[in-house]
Amino acid sequence: MTQLALVIDLNVCVGCHACVTSCKEWNTSGSAGPLCDENPYDLNPTGTFFNRVQTFEIGKYPHSETLHFPKSCLHCEDPPCVPVCPTGASYKREEDGIVLVDYDKCIGCKYCTWACPYGAREFDEKAKVMKKCTLCVDRIYDMSLPERDRKPSCVKACPTSARMFGDIHDPESDVSQAIREDGGYALMPEWGTHPSNHYLPRRKTKLKIHLDELERADNPLKVDGQLPKPGKGESSMEDASAW
Amino acid sequence: MKPAFSVLFLTTLIGAGQGLFLALFTHQSYALFGLLPMQSDAFYGYGSVLALLFLSGGLIASFFHLGRPERAWRSATKWRTSWLSREVIVLPAFMGVVFLYGASHLLAFRPEVVTLPGGLIIDLSAVLGTLGTLLAFALFVCTAMIYACLRFLREWNSPLTVINYILLGGSSGFILAAFYAAQAAPDQADFFAGWAIIITVLAFIGRGASLWRNARIKPKSSMQTAIGIKHPYITQRSMGSMGGSFNTREYFHGKSAAFLRAIKPAFLLLAFVIPLVLLALGLSAPALLGVAFIVQYFGLLAERWFFFAQANHPQNLYYQTIG
Repeated sequence: MTQLALVIDLNVCVGCHACVTSCKEWNTSGSAGPLCDENPYDLNPTGTFFNRVQTFEIGKYPHSETLHFPKSCLHCEDPPCVPVCPTGASYKREEDGIVLVDYDKCIGCKYCTWACPYGAREFDEKAKVMKKCTLCVDRIYDMSLPERDRKPSCVKACPTSARMFGDIHDPESDVSQAIREDGGYALMPEWGTHPSNHYLPRRKTKLKIHLDELERADNPLKVDGQLPKPGKGESSMEDASAW
Repeated sequence: MKPAFSVLFLTTLIGAGQGLFLALFTHQSYALFGLLPMQSDAFYGYGSVLALLFLSGGLIASFFHLGRPERAWRSATKWRTSWLSREVIVLPAFMGVVFLYGASHLLAFRPEVVTLPGGLIIDLSAVLGTLGTLLAFALFVCTAMIYACLRFLREWNSPLTVINYILLGGSSGFILAAFYAAQAAPDQADFFAGWAIIITVLAFIGRGASLWRNARIKPKSSMQTAIGIKHPYITQRSMGSMGGSFNTREYFHGKSAAFLRAIKPAFLLLAFVIPLVLLALGLSAPALLGVAFIVQYFGLLAERWFFFAQANHPQNLYYQTIG
C-alpha cells in the first residue's frame, strides 16, 4: 500500500516561509475555493493556512541554536481525527494514505481538531468547514503538468530542498532512504498515531584534525635527520633583519 | 480548550432534561411497586413536557456549535466510530421516547402490555419509561464519551468524566423534579429532594475526585517530543503568524489564570454547597427548591466552563509565543 508523505530536513531548513506562501497560493486558487483571510491588511491579520514555519531556540545563550520547524498535517497512518468525525467528511484515502476533508460533507463541528494532538487542522471562518493539508492532491496527479511538477507546492518552492515527497512504504524511495539513513523521526510518538511525515534531525558537520595530521610524520627530511634550518623556535636571519 | 457556549448550554440543558425524566420514572417505578402513592397522569405527563423543553433547548443550542447547521443530518452517519454521531442519534431517539411517555400519560393511553406473576400490571407508560431510562443513560454515556475518548486530552480521558456527566445531570434533574413536585404534587417533593441530596453529594464527590486527579496529571507530551529535539531548554521564538490563528483561538480559554483559579471554588459553591443547603431547607420551604435549581444551573455552567478551560491540548506546545 502506498503512503505518500513529506520528509522535512531540519538541517537545511532556513525558515524562509517559501513553503508557507506557495502552499497558500496554490491552495487558495484551486477548485475547492479560497482559504480565507481576515483583516489581511489590518492590525491582526489572520487566516487559514495548511502549513506554518515556527522558530525555536534550542539551549541557552550563548550555547543556543535556532531551529526552523515547518509544521503541517502529518498524514498519520493511524489518524485519530478520522474516526471521531460524525459525518465521514474526514477520511484517509486507501490508495495513497492522504488524509482529506470532504468540504461538502463537513458540518464544521471542529471535533476533529480536538482529536488531533498536533493542531494540524485549521477552521475556515468564511467557508465554515475544516481545512487541512491535502499534500496538493489536485496537483500530484495532474497529468497536464510535466512530471517534475507533480509534487506538492511546498516541495517545489523550497529553495534549500529541505522538503522531500514520496512513498514511505516503498523502501527504495528517496524519502524512505532518507528516513532510514539520516535518522528520520516522527513527532509525538507517544500517542501511537504513526505520522507519515518525518523530520530529519539537525546534524553538525565536524572535522576532527589530529596533531600528527598537522605535522607530516613521514616527512623525508625527518627520515635522514637533516632538519630544515633554522629549526622550529630558533631565531632566523629574518628575525634579525625584520626590524 | 475554549469553552463554546453552545456546548455549555447543550450539555447542561440536556443533563437537566435527562435527570428530570429519570426522576419522574423513578417515582412511577416506586409507585408501581406500591412504595409511593401513584400520581395523576398529569403529573408525569406535564413533567415529561418540562423535560422535553429542556432537551429541545439543548438541541437548539447544539446547532449554534456547527459551522454548517444545514448539513447536521449528515452527522448521524458515522455511529460505528464516532461518539458524537452516536449522541446525534440517541438525543432525538430519547426525546421521541420522552414525548411518547408524556403522551401516553396525558392522553391516558396506557394499555396493559404484560401482567407479572404477582398480579403487577405493566402498562405502556412503564415500558416507554424503561426504554427512556435506558436511552437517558445511553445519552449520558455518549455525551461524556465525546470528551472521555480523546486520549490526548488527559483531563477528560477518564471514567470519572462519564460518571460525573451522569451524576451532575442527575443532580440537576432531581432538583428540578423536586421543585416541580413542590408545585404539582407537594406531598411528593420530599421524595425527589431526598434523592436530589444523595445524588448531589455523590456528584460533589465525583467532581472532587476528577479535580484531584487533574491536579496531579503529568503531561505525556513535551516540547522535546513535539519537535523531536532532545534538549532540556527549548524556547519558542515564533509560531509562524503574528495575528493569531485558529490554533490560538480554539485551544485556549482566553481568560487569565486568576479567573481560572476563581471559577473553581465558585462552581463548587454554586453547583454543590449552596444547592445542598437550599435542598435541606427546601424540605420545609418548597420555594427554595426553585432557587436551588437556578443557582445550581449557573454553577453547572461554570463547572462546564471550567471542564473545558482546564483541558490542556498538546497542540498548545506549538503555540506559546507569537514572536
